[in-house]
Amino acid sequence: MLEYGFMRNAFAAAAIVALVAGPVGYFLVLRGQTFAGHALAHIGFTGATGAFLIGVAPLWGLLGMTVAGGVAIGLMGERLAQRDVAIGLVLALALGFGLLFLHFVTSYATQATALLFGNVLAVDQATVWSLLGLGIVALAALGVIARPLLFASLQPELAEAKGVSLRLMAVLFLAIVAFATAEAAQIVGVLLVFMLMVGPAAASLRLTRRVGPGVLLAAAFALAEAWGGLALAYETNWPTSFWITALSGLVYGASLLPAALLEAESARPRAAP
Amino acid sequence: MIALSFRDVELALGGRTVLAGVNLAIGQGEFIGLLGANGSGKTTLLRAALGLVAPRRGAIEVLGKAASRGNRAIGYMPQIRAVPANLRLSGRDFVAGVVNGARWGLPLLGAEGRREVERVLERVGATALAHRALAELSGGERQRLLLAQVLVGSPQLLLLDEPLMSLDPSHQAGVVELVASLQRSLGLTVLFSAHELNPLLGVMDRVLYVGNGQAALGTVDAVITEPVLSRLYGTRIEVVRLGGRIFVMAGAQDMARDTHGCGEHAHEQAHEPSHDHSHGEHAADA
Repeated sequence: MLEYGFMRNAFAAAAIVALVAGPVGYFLVLRGQTFAGHALAHIGFTGATGAFLIGVAPLWGLLGMTVAGGVAIGLMGERLAQRDVAIGLVLALALGFGLLFLHFVTSYATQATALLFGNVLAVDQATVWSLLGLGIVALAALGVIARPLLFASLQPELAEAKGVSLRLMAVLFLAIVAFATAEAAQIVGVLLVFMLMVGPAAASLRLTRRVGPGVLLAAAFALAEAWGGLALAYETNWPTSFWITALSGLVYGASLLPAALLEAESARPRAAP
Repeated sequence: MIALSFRDVELALGGRTVLAGVNLAIGQGEFIGLLGANGSGKTTLLRAALGLVAPRRGAIEVLGKAASRGNRAIGYMPQIRAVPANLRLSGRDFVAGVVNGARWGLPLLGAEGRREVERVLERVGATALAHRALAELSGGERQRLLLAQVLVGSPQLLLLDEPLMSLDPSHQAGVVELVASLQRSLGLTVLFSAHELNPLLGVMDRVLYVGNGQAALGTVDAVITEPVLSRLYGTRIEVVRLGGRIFVMAGAQDMARDTHGCGEHAHEQAHEPSHDHSHGEHAADA
């Protein structure tokens, strides 16, 4: 299947995105901010359709909106965590505006489907280079803030006392999440970003107890799911995004098994000696 | 030398005055029990010493310098609710996440950092349980790891916010003993906040009691008295001493409403009263 240029582009794009989404997702799950990640993807839809409307590549519109949204959520900080109604309304409103923008664009249906559910087979070489650039920026930024971010995630009050700015960490991290979201949306679409970013990381956090191996395993899961999804899509001619979500769900489900088995083992009544 | 001093300090949270006219000086090497009802300002007082709450007036000094954020001489243990119960990270990684945590870059420890982690784990006797996930540990074991975290960077002043919360009496005694032995062997100054007075009776040098917007620092005999506590609670308080234990009562008729024992009753129900001193509690309550 690698004899086709579009497949080579798809595999390269999927690899870049997976290697960014896995580690970023690890911290997202560790911090309990997965809903914020989900919200960013929806807000990105408005940006992408808006970019269509003014004739800019949707990737940049998506990126602009997710970064703005990430910084805004980070600045609002703790207060937002309790406001799921407000977040839900903003999400739906963003999708509504996205729909309106699409209404003014002629090639309605294909574009909408591609944005919502992704179309990795349509990724061209120029986009691969853009994804690579964005991915390097996101991972480099994550590398710079990783230590204080981990500290602030594990023990926020202690980190604050030791001089870490919790708000700065929240803003910087969500800006990085915004980059990863914009990237992942190119592969699986804004509605399914959750599966590529949160699925592998959540599975990794269930299977590992160390931070370093956990981050690497999250990246490995994401890569396996993205490439596996592509290969299965090639064989079956079903949508790639379906296969990626299916594999992600499968991996997460399997990650629950060891703990469930242990529990069943300890719950089983033992025969008297 | 003075480890912590407050001079005519007034502290406010969101415009509401929590404490006013606080004057105190805690000497190096002292073990101070910080007591008071919920919402009386214990946490605010600790956060002020950390430089996280700026005093509305007055001056706070830590080891001779004005209180400011990022003071490496202070070890701080926030209340346990800050630890997510579903965290599956190992205790060792949980402690390691704090080493040089304020520095930029990747959280790689290096040989020195690893030694520091092992040193603090050994100090609190948690080396053997550090490979287990935090979520799998009992409350008492988790407190050991939190204490290890506090010791990272060899601080001289420990500010411990309710380390006994939601522990049953036998684990409470274990944590108090551990802190006291660390305090003695490392020559630390400890400010230990708690709901209940009795677990700290044997180890604390003095008590800092807060309530009604005021604070009183002194020996147990000087502070745990009816006039002082009646002033701090703003209601008539009776102090009953029984078999080496002290009970603070609001109103002689209503003995069950032990003003700082609300957590105690929950424990009595949750755990079998098999511990020696919990029987004493029953006797006093009845």
